[in-house]
Amino acid sequence: MTDLASAYDLAVIGGGPAGLAAASLAARAGLSTVLFDETPGVGGQIYRGITSTPVTNRAVLGEDYWAGAALAAEATASGALIATGATVWSLDPSLQVGVSIAGRARLIHARRIIVATGSLERPFPIPGWTLPGVMTAGAAQTALKAQGLVPSGRTVMAGSGPLLWLLAAQLLRAGAKVEAILDTAPRLNWLRALAHLPDFALSPYWSKGLALLREVKAKVPVIRASSVEAHGDGQLREVVADGRRQPADLLLLHQGVVPNINLAMAAGVEHRWNERQLCFEPMLDQDFGSSVPGIAVAGDGAGIAGGTAAAERGRLAAIAAVRALKPDAAAPDPQAIRQALQREEMGRAFLDWLYRPPVALRQPVGETLACRCEEVTAGQVRHMARIGCEGPNQMKAFLRCGMGPCQGRLCGLTVTELIAAERETSPAEVGYWRLRPPVKPITLGELASLPIAEAERKAVER
Amino acid sequence: MVASGYDVAVVGGGLVGIATAWGLAREGCRVVVLDEGDRAVRASRGNFALVWVQSKGLGLAPYAGWTIRSSNAWRGFSDLLKQETGLDVSFQRPGGFHLALSEKELEARADAVRRLHAQPGIVDYKTEILGHAEVKKMLPDIGPEVVGGSYCALDGHVNSLRLFRTLHTALNARGVSYRPSHRVENIAKEGGEFRLSTTGGEVRAGRVALAAGNANMRLAPMVGLEAPMKPERGQIVVTERVQPFLHYPMSAVRQTDEGTVMIGDSKEESIDPAGLRLGIAATEAERAVRRFPLLANVNVVRTWSAIRVMTKDGFPIYDESETHPGAFVLCCHSGVTLCANHALTVAPMIARGALDKALVAPFSARRFHVPAAG
Amino acid sequence: MFRRLDEKGATLLLKVDGQEIRARDGDTVAAALLAAGIKHIRTTPVSGKPRAPYCLMGVCFDCLVTIDGVGSRQACLVPVREGMSVETQQGKREAGR
Repeated sequence: MTDLASAYDLAVIGGGPAGLAAASLAARAGLSTVLFDETPGVGGQIYRGITSTPVTNRAVLGEDYWAGAALAAEATASGALIATGATVWSLDPSLQVGVSIAGRARLIHARRIIVATGSLERPFPIPGWTLPGVMTAGAAQTALKAQGLVPSGRTVMAGSGPLLWLLAAQLLRAGAKVEAILDTAPRLNWLRALAHLPDFALSPYWSKGLALLREVKAKVPVIRASSVEAHGDGQLREVVADGRRQPADLLLLHQGVVPNINLAMAAGVEHRWNERQLCFEPMLDQDFGSSVPGIAVAGDGAGIAGGTAAAERGRLAAIAAVRALKPDAAAPDPQAIRQALQREEMGRAFLDWLYRPPVALRQPVGETLACRCEEVTAGQVRHMARIGCEGPNQMKAFLRCGMGPCQGRLCGLTVTELIAAERETSPAEVGYWRLRPPVKPITLGELASLPIAEAERKAVER
Repeated sequence: MVASGYDVAVVGGGLVGIATAWGLAREGCRVVVLDEGDRAVRASRGNFALVWVQSKGLGLAPYAGWTIRSSNAWRGFSDLLKQETGLDVSFQRPGGFHLALSEKELEARADAVRRLHAQPGIVDYKTEILGHAEVKKMLPDIGPEVVGGSYCALDGHVNSLRLFRTLHTALNARGVSYRPSHRVENIAKEGGEFRLSTTGGEVRAGRVALAAGNANMRLAPMVGLEAPMKPERGQIVVTERVQPFLHYPMSAVRQTDEGTVMIGDSKEESIDPAGLRLGIAATEAERAVRRFPLLANVNVVRTWSAIRVMTKDGFPIYDESETHPGAFVLCCHSGVTLCANHALTVAPMIARGALDKALVAPFSARRFHVPAAG
Repeated sequence: MFRRLDEKGATLLLKVDGQEIRARDGDTVAAALLAAGIKHIRTTPVSGKPRAPYCLMGVCFDCLVTIDGVGSRQACLVPVREGMSVETQQGKREAGR
C-alpha cells in the first residue's frame, strides 16, 4: 500500500457500519483519516460484500442490508483512506497501530483511534461442534452475501436470536431449502422479556420481526429443543435434538453475538461483565471514549445494539475526535444522532431477554470441546476449576485453552462461565484473559522487520 | 475464620511452592499452600521451561553443583510424578546450546565459560565451544549467521505448564489444601505456631516455608529473615505449532513438545508486566530468524511477559530463621531446573525441621553481608 | 454443502491438492473450497481431526490452508487469484513453508 502514511489524525479499525460512518464524518470534517479492514472489502459482517455481492436481486437480502450501500459510498467519497486486506494486529496506549498489508507489517501512529471491530457469534459448544458440516449462521450469511452461495444439502439451523430468523428468510428467498429450525430459546425467557415488551413494540424491530417470523414459519418446521448434538465420523451425518435424530449435511448454529474485544483489551481498555447480554464489554463514556485516553470503541464492539445503532455510535465517536483535534471544524450536532441512537436501542432489552441462551448451551459438560483450537474439553476445565483454578489465566496455563491461534475468541466466554459455575461465583468476579498483541497472527519475519530502538536491542543482545 | 492443624504452610503457589508442598506431603506432612488470585503477577506462568546447567555458577561455584544435582534428579522426579498422576511432563535432556550470532558474542560466551570452569571448587563437567560446522551437525537448520555456540550435554527442557498442572493434580490427590486468593499480609509466631493473616482468613501451621518469589522480600522480615530481590521483566514470543525440527533446547529458542516455538529472551528493568514492547519482540524475532531462517514465515500466535524472580545476585536463597524457628525461605530464579531439588531435597529438610548446611549453606542470605575483600 | 446461485462467472481456475477447481473472481479461498464441495480442509495439530471453515469471518482459524507455498493462511480472508495453489494443512505447520 504505497499511499499509506505513517501518521494520521484518526485511525478507524474495522470497516463495518460504525467504522464507515465514523471515517466518513471525520474525513469530511477535515481530519486526516485512515480506515483498516482485514477483509477484501468493506461492510463488516452486517453489510458484508455490499460493494461486490453477486446477489443482485434486492429482495433476497432485504432493504436493511442494502442500506449499507450508502454508508460504503459515503465513506469511499469522504477523503478517508480505506485500506482493505489490512489486518490490525496491535494497538497500544500510545495510539500506535500495528497493521499488516500484503504480508508487510507497518506501524502507524494516530492522534485518535476508533476501534470498530464489531462482534462475533457467541460460542455454541455442543457435542460435535467441530465436525466439518457444522458452521455458524453468520458464516452461511457471509457466504450468501459475499459470494452468492447457498446451502445445497440437508440443512438444519439451531439456536436463537434475530439473526437466525433473518438468515432463514434470506436463504428461503434465495431458493435454498431449510429442513428444520431447532429453537433453543427457553420458554421461560418470556417471563423476563415481557416487562420490556412495550418498548420493543414501539421500536422498528417489532413489525419487521413479526413479519420475518411469519415468513419463515410458513415454510420451515420450527421445533423447540433444549439440547442439540452434531453426530458423524469426520463429517456431519445427523443432528440429534432432545434425543430425536435428523439426517443433515449442514448444521448452522447461532445463539446471539457478543463484542469482539480482543483488540481493545490488548490495548488496555477496561471491560466489565454485562449480565443481561452475558458478555464482556468496554467501559465507555457518553462519547464512547474508553479508559485509555484517545481510544474510543464504537459499534457492536461497544455493546450489542445492531447495525443502525452502530453507525450512530461511530458518528458520535467521530464527532468527539473532531472536537478534540479540530474544534473549529464543522461537525454535525450530536443531539439528533443521540436521539436516533436512543430509538435504535429501544427494544434491545426485550430481544436480549427473549433470546437469552440457556445455561446448558453456554456451559457444556464432559467431552464437549470448550476450546476448539487446543481441543480442551469442558470436563477438563470444570475439573481444574474445582481443584482450585480460579480464573481463565491460570486455566490457560494449566490446560492451554485460549493459547491457540483464535486467542480465546471462541472459548473465552465458555471458560469464564464454566469457572464461575464450578466455583459458585460470577463471571464478573472470574474475569477474562489477559490479552496482548499480536491479536491476529503475524509472521516472525514481519515482526523482525519493525523498527528497533538501540535500548530495545540491548535488552535482548546481552 | 481460622484454619489450623497444618504442619507446614507454604506461601506461594508457583513452581517453587508447589514442588516443595509435594515433597512435604510425601514426607507425611499436612500441608496448606497459600496463593494469590488469577491476576497475580506469577513468574511461574512465564518461564522458558529449561532444565539448564551451562553457564550457571559464575560468581558462586556451589550453584553449579546444586544445579547439576537437580538436573540429575529430574528424570527420577518426572517418573515419580507420572506414576502418581499418569501425566507425563515430557522431560528431555538431549543437551542444549547457546548460539552466537557474531564472533564477539562467541568470544564473550567462551570467556564466560572459561571463567566459570576455572573457579576453585567448581564441580567437574564439560561445556564445549563449537564453531558453525560442528553446530550444524547437530542443528542442521541453523542459518549462515550462526558463528557457533556453547553446548552442554547436561542441558534439557520440560513441558513446564504441564509440570504445573501435574504438580497441582498430585497435590490435590494427596489432600494438600490449596487456597487461592489467600494473599499473606502478616505472619506472627505465637504459642509455638505460625499465624498467617491472609485475605482469605487466618491460617495456622507449625512451620512456614516462604516460596512467594519476589514477594519474599516483603514476607521474609516478618519471620526474621531477609530476601533481597531485584525483579526484572522478560518478554517471550510464541509461534503456532510447527512440525518438529528443533531437537535441542537453547537459551533463546526452543521448540516445545507440542510443536510451538518459544523465542526469548529479554532483560528489562521495568517491573510492569503489562503490554508488549514491540521493539523488543522485533529483536527477539529477528535473532530467531537469523538463527533459523526457516522460521521466517511461521506465525506468531501470542506474546507474553513476566517478571522474573531474581535475587540481588541472581543466586538462590535458602535460609532458616533463628529468631523464628520453623520459618524457612526459598527464592530462586530457576524454578524449573531446581524443581527436583526443591521436591526431593529441600522439602525433606523442612519436614525434618532443619536445612542441611552441607548442601545449602552457600545460599544463605548472610552472603550479602560479607564485607568486600580489600 | 454449498452451491452457487449463479454458476456463470466462475471462470478462474485454482489447484487444490493438485486438483483443479473453478472459482469466481470475488470468492475467498474458503468460499471457493466450499462451493467446490471440499469436505474438510485441514487436520488439527493437536489430534489430527478433520476441520472445515466454521465462521467465515476470520475469528475461528479453522480454515487454515497453505496458499502458494505459505502455510497457515486464513482461507476466508484471502481473495482467489487465477492459478493459485492451495493445499490442505495436515497437522502442524511445516517450518520453511
